[in-house]
Amino acid sequence: MSERAPRVPRESGRFNPREVLAAAKEAAVAALVALGLFVLLIGVRTDQGPTGALVIRTRFGALAAIVAAVFVGRLVLALARHDARLSIGRLAPAALRAALSGLGIYAAAAFLAFALIVPIVFYTDRYLLDLAILIVTYTMLGFGLNIVVGLAGLLDLGYVAFYAVGAYSYALIAQHFGLSFWICLPLAGILAAFAGLILGFPVLRLRGDYLAIVTLGFGEIIRLILLNWQDLTGGPNGISEIARPSFFGLPFNSTAHGFAATFGLTYSPTHRIVFLYYIILALALITNWVTLRLRRLPIGRAWEALREDEIACRALGINTTTTKLTAFAMGAMFGGFAGAFFATRQGFISPESFTFGESALVLTIVVLGGRGSQLGVAVAATVMLGGFEFFREFEQYRMLVFGAAMVAIVIYRPRGLVATRTPSVSLGARTDIPAAIAGGARTETPA
Amino acid sequence: MSGTGEALLTLRGVKTYYGNVIALKGVDVDVNEGEIVALIGANGAGKSTLMMTVFGDPRAQEGEIRFAGRDITALPTHEIAKLRIAQSPEGRRIFSRMTVMENLQIGATVGDAADFESDLERVFALFPRLRDRRNQRGGTLSGGEQQMLAIGRALMSRPRLMLLDEPSLGLAPLLVQQIFAAIRALNERDKLTVFLVEQNAYHALKLAHRGYVMVNGEITLAGSGRELLQRPEIRAAYLEGGAS
Ligand SMILES: Nc1ncnc2c1ncn2[C@@H]1O[C@H](COP(=O)(O)OP(=O)(O)OP(=O)(O)O)[C@@H](O)[C@H]1O
Ligand SMILES: [Mg+2]
Repeated sequence: MSERAPRVPRESGRFNPREVLAAAKEAAVAALVALGLFVLLIGVRTDQGPTGALVIRTRFGALAAIVAAVFVGRLVLALARHDARLSIGRLAPAALRAALSGLGIYAAAAFLAFALIVPIVFYTDRYLLDLAILIVTYTMLGFGLNIVVGLAGLLDLGYVAFYAVGAYSYALIAQHFGLSFWICLPLAGILAAFAGLILGFPVLRLRGDYLAIVTLGFGEIIRLILLNWQDLTGGPNGISEIARPSFFGLPFNSTAHGFAATFGLTYSPTHRIVFLYYIILALALITNWVTLRLRRLPIGRAWEALREDEIACRALGINTTTTKLTAFAMGAMFGGFAGAFFATRQGFISPESFTFGESALVLTIVVLGGRGSQLGVAVAATVMLGGFEFFREFEQYRMLVFGAAMVAIVIYRPRGLVATRTPSVSLGARTDIPAAIAGGARTETPA
Repeated sequence: MSGTGEALLTLRGVKTYYGNVIALKGVDVDVNEGEIVALIGANGAGKSTLMMTVFGDPRAQEGEIRFAGRDITALPTHEIAKLRIAQSPEGRRIFSRMTVMENLQIGATVGDAADFESDLERVFALFPRLRDRRNQRGGTLSGGEQQMLAIGRALMSRPRLMLLDEPSLGLAPLLVQQIFAAIRALNERDKLTVFLVEQNAYHALKLAHRGYVMVNGEITLAGSGRELLQRPEIRAAYLEGGAS
């Protein structure tokens, strides 16, 4: 029979009265809600009067302005929904999606290339170099947590615990045994992996909210141990004068045996910063590479299957216990590496650096980036931390912008910035799946 | 039937509880090598529970389950799967964000890596639709395709025994026939033993060599497929309407 005309593209921008009326009604409701919400928040304000007593000041002008803004904003949104040319909701994400999937691997490659030349481009800007190190550190933490949350689907709110274990392991081993960074690094990773197993055992049967709560507690427990085990960790005073990494035995200082002197360069403290940047970049790239490899191996597939359906996994012969434990241990290990790096970079650590806020930040990076997507994590880390720095000057608006960005992502990219999951295997012709985004080539098996 | 040697799968006095509510009240079932055995019963009778109990999930609290001469009652679920019992569970339980190929690969977890290609070919030959859709995400398949994938995924482990929980659920009549034809082909050509739960009693009993009827967690009737189809109480309870 006659097909119904698709209602999206329309020739004229004119609206019919019914639509306008409906939109106006919607906007009026929104304005009413805004009025109720802001009448006390903005409409009235208590100030200290001249006598010291509180006086109430009304600001109905500001209130009216906000309510009007809400009304107009909602009206525009509602009308835009009816008109394809205005539809942000439909057009922008589609364009973005097309751009992202079209660029795919190129975006990842460009991103990587840029990361590689950051110290050259910004050599003179110490502030930016520090920021870059921070971003890459969080990218690495994001990669590590992505194994647990993105691949295995285990919501871990205490990831900072492994970061802390790595940092303290490095600091303590280096301090007490005088071992170099390169020997301590794997040890810190192993110890953090053990911490991952310790967390993993009790939570084997938990999922979702319950798992989140227990892991949250675990993160706090570790922090409290660090705070209270004064003899070992120095308590709130932390550990200072942690050994700095050396360039194959050459320290970064102005002595005759230092890095600069050996290579005939004039000594500059930037050398060490650049070196640190490349260390963390290498660590992050290794994490990324390992993650991508693991995804194509049975264990990685088992992680993903576990995320999808645990009962089916068991019935197909996957040992869900070991699968979960390896996910926790693997994620924790990379967190431990990052922690060891953090300790050597800062030269000083204390429990204050390992609060729940850190876990939340890393989790936000993973979720915003698109669980399971490596490029997404890197982009999200850059945007988040870069954004934090950028808006530092507008201190009071920072959280506002951050909140708005979150809301925007939740509405327009509910699965994260890079939402497409790259299949770990693809047979023959490439079909419906949007092009690989998360980097790396696909394994091509002949059909 | 139990005269010569032991059946491939035997359940003896199996009792399963959910909390302290009893779901299986002492069930005896035999599935012989090479057979198709159907289990029919009303909603909530405990058919799916029985299937899952074979896999130890939930675990039988009393009684004994034996497979190929081995007591598997207390074996962990994934170890049971390694004995080459496969399952297409109730609700299909496809890995929805993963592609068809990845689903099949996970199905081959307990299989031999060397057999992968030939097992894949067998599945694709049985369900050519899956070959066309191999790079599509499981969750975006149609219901019928998902059912094919669930069966195909179970086949990837080269099972000796296949448990199918309502493979015809929600499928159009033509597709139901396709699925049933596939089951018959697997049984006749590949000598696969099949234990089948079905609401579609008419088709199931026509296909099966033997059948069991479950009511409220108990087996109330057993017999050959044809025999059960003729029973008036079965016709009344499960075959009302067009089928016969
Ligand atoms: N996880 C569970 N927890 C508690 N009770 C359960 C659980 N699973 C099933 N039951 C109960 O056990 C009984 C048997 O359920 P089961 O799923 O085995 O029925 P079924 O015969 O497969 O039914 P259907 O044909 O509707 O699939 C039902 O009363 C059901 O409510
Ligand atoms: Mg059922």
